[in-house]
Amino acid sequence: MSDLRDLYQEVILDHGKNPRNFGKIEGARSAHGHNPLCGDLVTIYVTVQDGVIEDIRFEGSGCAISTASASMMTQALKGRTREEVDRLFERFHEMVTGRADGTQGTDDLGKLAVFEGVVEFPLRVKCATLSWHTLKAALEASSEAAGPEQPGTPEPQVTTE
Amino acid sequence: MTDALESSPPLDLPLDAHALRADFPVLARTVHDRPLVYLDNAATTQKPQVVLDALDRYYGEYNSNVHRGVHRLSQEATEAFEAARITVQRFLGAAASHEIVFTRGTTESVNLVANAWGRANVGAGDEILVTEMEHHSNIVPWQMLCEAVGATLKVLPMDDRGELRMERLDDLLTERTRLVAVVHVSNALGTWNPVETIIGRAHAVGALVLVDGAQSIPHLPVDVQRLDADFYALSGHKAYGPMGIGVLYGKAAVLDAMPPWQGGGDMIRMVTFEKTTYGELPCKFEAGTPDVAGAIGLAAAFDYVEGIGRGRIAAHEADLLEYGTRVLGEIPEVRFIGTADRKAAVLSLLFEGVHPHDVGTILDREGVAVRTGHHCAYPVMQHFGIPATTRASLALYNTREDLDALVRALTRVREVFA
Repeated sequence: MSDLRDLYQEVILDHGKNPRNFGKIEGARSAHGHNPLCGDLVTIYVTVQDGVIEDIRFEGSGCAISTASASMMTQALKGRTREEVDRLFERFHEMVTGRADGTQGTDDLGKLAVFEGVVEFPLRVKCATLSWHTLKAALEASSEAAGPEQPGTPEPQVTTE
Repeated sequence: MTDALESSPPLDLPLDAHALRADFPVLARTVHDRPLVYLDNAATTQKPQVVLDALDRYYGEYNSNVHRGVHRLSQEATEAFEAARITVQRFLGAAASHEIVFTRGTTESVNLVANAWGRANVGAGDEILVTEMEHHSNIVPWQMLCEAVGATLKVLPMDDRGELRMERLDDLLTERTRLVAVVHVSNALGTWNPVETIIGRAHAVGALVLVDGAQSIPHLPVDVQRLDADFYALSGHKAYGPMGIGVLYGKAAVLDAMPPWQGGGDMIRMVTFEKTTYGELPCKFEAGTPDVAGAIGLAAAFDYVEGIGRGRIAAHEADLLEYGTRVLGEIPEVRFIGTADRKAAVLSLLFEGVHPHDVGTILDREGVAVRTGHHCAYPVMQHFGIPATTRASLALYNTREDLDALVRALTRVREVFA
């Protein structure tokens, strides 16, 4: 039961049930993410001003881990630069996949450190990272000066059965 | 064998699942320090020792290629391979062993028909009828065929209990319908479809019928002649056999008239650079070295099942289904998806407020293996407006205790998400 509690921490359950920044931003760049393994769907909307994330919201349906991850990601990234976003994603990814070298701790991840328990559940890593991959696709679409609503191609596309 | 139900041991001698569990080595293991409770049988069943022994014996004692050498090992392997074909023929009630084509599984069997029969018999403006509850493997090959030849894919809908809307069938069957592809037992819902009725009405308009038997073979006595099915597709690994072996049954006259699918060794009579003539059934559809061990293992699995009796297995699973429906139904958060009158041993459910993927993770930590997801049946999920379900599917070795363990594990879900 203890590792289940490590995975399903109160903060994660709270964000899973009551996601923050849930909804659409009209006219914003967006990308769709889909995890066919469990049917998780997420759409990330993001506006960037002078290289800084001005606003970020999401819509979709998914498990507690993917919903909480999207919710907490949007909270963590408002006001961040592209470089900071890339660095945080890299650190987040290292943490949930167990690839961190252990010397850095998780202080720089702030509240996102609650996802540390995911490392014991390799099948759930894609749930935790779906929104991040989708955000990356949205930002890349926007940096290429694509039009609004340009769909990105999210990386996690696993197949099942 | 004309009636497997009648030829099975008497139903009043119930199957002793607790004793039979000893035949399945993997059931003795633990998962996360708890006894394994394996309820993912619709994905694949576990294998009895007799199947593992048959594979070992083949590779350890007479491994050799079939239909080729004059040496002793090749003769033994060929004899065992062809004996396996006869075992499958009898198990399915087919008229002749050359109506049994070995494939990699249900998916390959459907693709074989869609390609070999479909390309020769379906043209622009023709129609293929599938149902709303098909597995992707009985949708996508037909979509690909329709796209390639300009045919139309039509869909027989189901109702909210997961039963086919049979009153719509006659409207959807037309003189342009070339083939009906229908699942015998739904993997996502457990619905046991009235394929006899569908076959009768399809034949009345001149259409052939392919039955997807992946989920029926492990649970029901099946007799392809009594059903009058034109094609019947199945996978060995869902019926206690090895992975990588499957079967396409086809009526001899239909198979005979079909062009081959894959070209290669073993499927030819004579090859010159000017012209190749093809072999007889079933070799025509078995290009290349087949999965000899798989076929022998599948025959061992079917012998094992017959030894217990398909009627007794069906009765045991019906008891489990009734028990599981009752005890799971007493959990306030549980809602069943798939409540047809006639079902095989599949309990697909939603746990209110918790995504199936989270349910699956928690059950796993309790040692309970279930499937969570869309079960390769997106249209079924779309019908119910849900992304996924949690599915417990039963086999001959499951017990009421397994279902009690599932109930206990679901109360853990409630605790974690409280």
